[in-house]
Amino acid sequence: MEKLFGKLTNLEKVMPFFHDGMSLMFGGFGGVGSPPSLIDAIIEKNVKELVLIGNDTGFPHIGIGKIVSLGRAKKVIASHIGSNPVAGKLMNEGKMEVEFSPQGILAERIRAGGVGLGAILADIGMDNEMVSAGKPRFILNNKEYLIETALTAEVSIVFAKKADPYGNLIYDKSARNTNPLVAMAGDITIAEVEEIVPLGSLNPDEIMTPGVFVDYVIPSKGVNWKWAWE
Amino acid sequence: MGMGIDIRNRMAKRASEEIQNGMVVNLGIGIPSLVPNHLPSHLNVMFHAENGIVGMGQSPELGEEDENLCNAGGFPVTIRDGASYCDSAVAFGMIRRGRIDVTILGALQVSQYGDLANWIVPGKKVPGMGGAMELAQKAKKVIVVMNHFDKNGSSKIVSRCTLPLTSAKCVDMIITELGVFEVTTTGLVLTEVFLPNTIQEVTKLTGCEVKVTESIRKIEY
Repeated sequence: MEKLFGKLTNLEKVMPFFHDGMSLMFGGFGGVGSPPSLIDAIIEKNVKELVLIGNDTGFPHIGIGKIVSLGRAKKVIASHIGSNPVAGKLMNEGKMEVEFSPQGILAERIRAGGVGLGAILADIGMDNEMVSAGKPRFILNNKEYLIETALTAEVSIVFAKKADPYGNLIYDKSARNTNPLVAMAGDITIAEVEEIVPLGSLNPDEIMTPGVFVDYVIPSKGVNWKWAWE
Repeated sequence: MGMGIDIRNRMAKRASEEIQNGMVVNLGIGIPSLVPNHLPSHLNVMFHAENGIVGMGQSPELGEEDENLCNAGGFPVTIRDGASYCDSAVAFGMIRRGRIDVTILGALQVSQYGDLANWIVPGKKVPGMGGAMELAQKAKKVIVVMNHFDKNGSSKIVSRCTLPLTSAKCVDMIITELGVFEVTTTGLVLTEVFLPNTIQEVTKLTGCEVKVTESIRKIEY
């Protein structure tokens, strides 16, 4: 099965892609839909000075929050860090730069990067200094917009429920969130999945991320953190 | 905090009266999350979550939680018949395209012009705006449900917001423990008071000029 496209592999084989100073985009929303095994392996490898791009910084012990809490990120581009007090502390101490982007605009910036666009025009946060600072404006049909640049990353990591050997992905319920967008925006995209199924067994109508965007598929060891509600 | 559950529920109940059959509704955390408890069961409402759910239902029974089915606050939910999941871009497409009928949010300050500040306390708390800017700017109706006073006892309804704005001129209605206010083109109007508060007390305790509607409703729960 694995020889078909060369995408099916394991954690060990993908770890050389992670290095100090790299840009790393991650799927997930409050840790839901973030890839637990890849996050642990990145921590174990002691990868530092990361530029992280994703919806939020999780919780201190959940999702990407585990990496952030250890001070391994030099910069984060996110919409929210409120559920991870360590992220706020690192930001206030000047140890981690945070670029805030409104949540849906961040999603579109990632999507734009993923579909080969340079930027989008958006009218969210125009009169908000923190959102609009430094961004060029553009007038189209008598309406003013901010130019929001597209985002890509050296590596994208996503978490899916099912994959086939071509890397076609299906996500589980609200764990989909930013994953299909992040999957498109990595120069290299690695999908950690709960189940690998034979080629031809996924209904083509139900595939959420076409395998075209996915370079490697690895099996997940499963979520090993305790959720905030538990 | 410092406020009984009955008062929080009174505010949530009043907010629920703004929801009509067939609406798509987005609720913020805190008091807004109590709103579904007060909706009449015959109403067909689709609750929207920024993380990609349309049609959220009740909280699951203890032990029935699904870690991959959570709301935007990260807490487990269920779905109702007719629900759907989508990615974050589509979830916000619904917001920016004006498909959300009502959003009910908390706030730190609201001005008499409907300016909303609910995302940052400079030098103290910088959580990020999340999806609040898009919701405030693009939902058809923006209702703020909040305590009338901050922890220093100052009115959170103000003539001009001193905290950084989430979005200017976006709030349509404010519900506090004292009453209900509507933001109009001619200024803030008190439309309802919660008894035993009096009209005079409520206007005096509000930090900006307030007009009082002639047909003011006095609510007793």
